[in-house]
Amino acid sequence: MNISLSKIKTSNPITNIYIGSFLLSLAIFDVFVYSFFDLNITSFLPGNLNLFFPLIIGFIGLSFIRMEYSGIKLVDNINKHINPSNFNALLTLLIIFTILKAIPPALSWMVLDANISGDTKAACTGTGACWTYIKVWFKRFMYGMYPNELHWRINSAFILVIALGFVGYFFKENLKKYLALYYVVIYPIIAFLIIYYLISGGAFGLVWVETGAWGGLSLTFIVSFFCLIFCFPLGMILALGRRSNLPAVKYVSICYIEFWRGVPLITVLFMSSVMFPMFLPEDFFMDKLVRVIIAITLFEAAYCAEVIRGGLQALPRGQYDAAKSLGMGYWKMHIFVILPQALKLVIPGIANTFLALVKDTPLIFVVGLAEIAGMLALAKTNPKWLGFAMEGYIFAAIIFWIICYAMSKYSYNLEQKYKTER
Amino acid sequence: MNNKIKKLIPQILTILFVILIFGFFTINAQVNMDNRGIDFGFGFLKQEASFDMQFTLLDYDGQDSYAWAYVVALLNTLLVSFLGIIFCTILGVIIGVARLSQNFLIRNSAAWYVEFFRNIPLLLQIFFWYYAALRALPLPETAEPWFGVTYMTIKGYYIPSMIWENLNVFLSCLIAAIVSIIFIRIYARKLQEREGKQLPVFYISIGLLIILPLLSFLIGGVKLDFELPVLKQLAQTSFIFEGGIALPPELIALVVALSLYTSTFVAECVRAGIQGISKGQKEAAASVGLNPNQILKLVIMPQALRIIIPPTTNQYLNLTKNSSLAAAIAYPDLVLVFAGTALMQTGKAIEIVGITMLTYLTISLSIAALMNWYNKRIEIKEK
Repeated sequence: MNISLSKIKTSNPITNIYIGSFLLSLAIFDVFVYSFFDLNITSFLPGNLNLFFPLIIGFIGLSFIRMEYSGIKLVDNINKHINPSNFNALLTLLIIFTILKAIPPALSWMVLDANISGDTKAACTGTGACWTYIKVWFKRFMYGMYPNELHWRINSAFILVIALGFVGYFFKENLKKYLALYYVVIYPIIAFLIIYYLISGGAFGLVWVETGAWGGLSLTFIVSFFCLIFCFPLGMILALGRRSNLPAVKYVSICYIEFWRGVPLITVLFMSSVMFPMFLPEDFFMDKLVRVIIAITLFEAAYCAEVIRGGLQALPRGQYDAAKSLGMGYWKMHIFVILPQALKLVIPGIANTFLALVKDTPLIFVVGLAEIAGMLALAKTNPKWLGFAMEGYIFAAIIFWIICYAMSKYSYNLEQKYKTER
Repeated sequence: MNNKIKKLIPQILTILFVILIFGFFTINAQVNMDNRGIDFGFGFLKQEASFDMQFTLLDYDGQDSYAWAYVVALLNTLLVSFLGIIFCTILGVIIGVARLSQNFLIRNSAAWYVEFFRNIPLLLQIFFWYYAALRALPLPETAEPWFGVTYMTIKGYYIPSMIWENLNVFLSCLIAAIVSIIFIRIYARKLQEREGKQLPVFYISIGLLIILPLLSFLIGGVKLDFELPVLKQLAQTSFIFEGGIALPPELIALVVALSLYTSTFVAECVRAGIQGISKGQKEAAASVGLNPNQILKLVIMPQALRIIIPPTTNQYLNLTKNSSLAAAIAYPDLVLVFAGTALMQTGKAIEIVGITMLTYLTISLSIAALMNWYNKRIEIKEK
């Protein structure tokens, strides 16, 4: 292919570049005009040739441009990065044409023909997306069925909890040794109290809001936040247990970890909603949300344990030996020497676990908790707003994508940082 | 002595703790079940299930037992996992290789593909495909055929079904071909070790795979007919396709979402595997005079696979576990049929959730055991 095409080339590289770039721009222009202005400038060609014309022309153009060295920076860059061989040239053209073809319909659906004004279904007259639907339901998607006038309670609870999370950064030097204690014990308790009293109310003159009304994205955050702070200590104990040299402790930990890692989360949720009440004393009532949080915590603790075990294993043996030679016992060695170093190593891993946790929380919809997927299902079947499933799922996907992408980038950066620090 | 007691106490405490929890649960469960008049037992498995399933691989109707419903539902789960694994592997390998391409556009498109599909919760993706994308498909009466004989409609994907005559002859020919290929491979390896000769094993294998089944058609009396889906009018405005195989939209949405989602993870495994091979290996192989194909086949791939396969198997396992999300769009998989419908009807919460969890646990642990065995086998043996 390469040989036969190179025969067409003239001996002068500059002429080749002129011919090549002319053909290439012709091909791109053809696709551009066709997709943006619906003008087919090659309609005189017979059927299939008409379809493949830009591809063929562009391909020949790129093969004209391809050469060892031209001296022109742009051409050399093109050759190096997008046009190194025939196969690559073809793929390059396919990608460019796909993007050109996809932009106009996507743009017109999302923006140009879309509606956002008004607040009934009747306002959506265009052929594009109906963002009015999202606008009207936005509060429901964020806060579920939580009473509108009480949304400030959820907001302020989140702000407080996040602010408390940053308190550790401002610890004075002499308080630094309590940092781990703060994050592992004190912070979860305070956060739990804040969320419990502020969001569910019932004390300090706040109106009681039952957990059935919680929902939307805020519920996603509440569930994943609690599961994370509770599963971390449990995971730490399990990780230590799995590395213990006491057989009973070791095998109990292994059984626990392998059991939870072997079953899908959805069966765990089913267990929490139908099987768990059977295991509790008769007159003991436990809220569904609490049951779900316990189930996800137990499930996620197994994954957490494996991540922490990875950190423990990555520590050089010398650390253990040095601590032992100072006469430290098991707990002293782990609390003051091993865990502080190991936990720092596993922060990126924990961030990844948290990411997986956030992505898993929409599942609680299956047992009837209305977080964002549940609210979407509710909104979709509302007789006043039928037929906007697409907008709803795209909206939810964008929100989740932003959150998860930011988190994965953050954990990747942490990983790189610790890699170079060591 | 002192040391022994020191080691014994935590162990005894752990075991006591476990026994206490289990004992507490058992006693409560007993009391609760007594109060509700439920008894513990697996006798219900023999009872008539009396519910229907939309899509089954084996024959099933409401008169069959719960045990049979379990088997049929398990097969549905395995079908989704199997299809998902095949598609996610194909996609994942392509995207993984594309991420290492020297072409700027390909590399970046692949990277964005991974970032895009990895960071959206799987459940939302399944919902999107099922409730939004597949609902935009045409009705049966307006559907245009794909590849001439298959129809993609809002009610599912209709493909021709195969009608075999003397299927067993064909299958035995196929098995014979596979067995002979295995023997030829063994022989070729021995030949190379003894005399240094190389047999074109690949071409021989393909030839055998084509010729032996073909012979069964010509001599063995095997016949293959296709039953095409045909449009049929039920009422004034209601049309349906008859004949052929109908793949329900639930299955399609699940397989598409699962394979797109998992392929991003497979792609990362493939990329890590190929990047994990040092450049020196390739250069060393080239300097002993291997051609590019041989370098890939004999030097790069064996080493890369050692890195790629363990995490990829993990992803397959995740896919199998994630296939339980089928319950959310009412695809009759194990969770929906057994932990959903059957549980509602019998009220045997402990037994049914227990069986469901044990099933997934068995799948996971057996694959994990297989993986450990494989890892031991391919381990670099240092002398």
